[in-house]
Amino acid sequence: MQTTETKHIEKTQDTPLVIGGKSFTNRFLLGTGKFKNKQDLADSIEACGTQIVTVALRRIDLEHHEENILEYIPKNVTLLTNTSGARNAQEAVRIAHLARESGCGNWIKIEVINDSKYLLPDNNETIKATEILSKEGFMVLPYMSPDLYAARELVKAGAATVMPLGSLIGSNQGIKAKEFIKILIEEIRDVPIIVDAGIGSPSQAAEAMEMGADAVLANTAVAMAGHPAMIAKAFAMAVEAGRLGYLSKLPAKKDIASASSPLTGFLYE
Amino acid sequence: MKITINGKEQEFAQGKTLQAVIQECLQKTNHVIAEHNGNIVRSPQWAQISVKEGDQVELVTFVGGG
Repeated sequence: MQTTETKHIEKTQDTPLVIGGKSFTNRFLLGTGKFKNKQDLADSIEACGTQIVTVALRRIDLEHHEENILEYIPKNVTLLTNTSGARNAQEAVRIAHLARESGCGNWIKIEVINDSKYLLPDNNETIKATEILSKEGFMVLPYMSPDLYAARELVKAGAATVMPLGSLIGSNQGIKAKEFIKILIEEIRDVPIIVDAGIGSPSQAAEAMEMGADAVLANTAVAMAGHPAMIAKAFAMAVEAGRLGYLSKLPAKKDIASASSPLTGFLYE
Repeated sequence: MKITINGKEQEFAQGKTLQAVIQECLQKTNHVIAEHNGNIVRSPQWAQISVKEGDQVELVTFVGGG
């Protein structure tokens, strides 16, 4: 016989997020850029319980010795190295090759950008890089502009997820591309959809999850907040709340009222 | 001899290995990835590469990023 507690857990249980055969119970991914100090980052990772964080690769500043960011990321957190700085597929491939040599895994977030004002990803070059790197055995998570044809090509090229932008990187504008992301959620069923970029508040993250995104990645909103660890926790809670909202099959919106209390048996009738 | 490291020319004594050059530049070498004249060199091989005048070395590592 089941206890009440077990029944309750079963009714609210989510399935894990699976990326390339690896399971995750937390659907909030955290970017590690722009934190005022590395301790804020470590506290934020702990507060939100994220299991995947993004990092970048850069030339070492030989004049200023800084502690490596990896010292602040727990070993059980999956590292997703981005290819930021790449302006075409070839440069993204080179960054991926460098990242692999670090011995920190083969998860790559492809980010190919050659527009410095809007930082929009170049879908064509992203598809090319995805094809090359998946063939080489990388786990490829491409950042992209939400376009159905490009998303299909990415899946065909071997992408482990598709990561459409919510709005411009670092803009905190939320899911401006909502209707296009909805199409991806509806049509791209083989890999998870992770909404990346522009998510500026927990409510926006919840909105993405409620419409059926599989996960959300945020960076700027956490790193630039007055209390990064607090907002990181709020993001993780919002992502979970949004996810349960999606799974619960919410009733549709209506234009007229529908009473919540019975409309019969009034006391003075 | 002059070697360009991360885009900057630096002077080193003759006959150094890549390992010795990297150790002169950095206090810690964990999570460091090296490229020698455009080729990625795995850290166990650093000691087997001899560096010559005019060589290009790139040293990269992980930083915060979204």
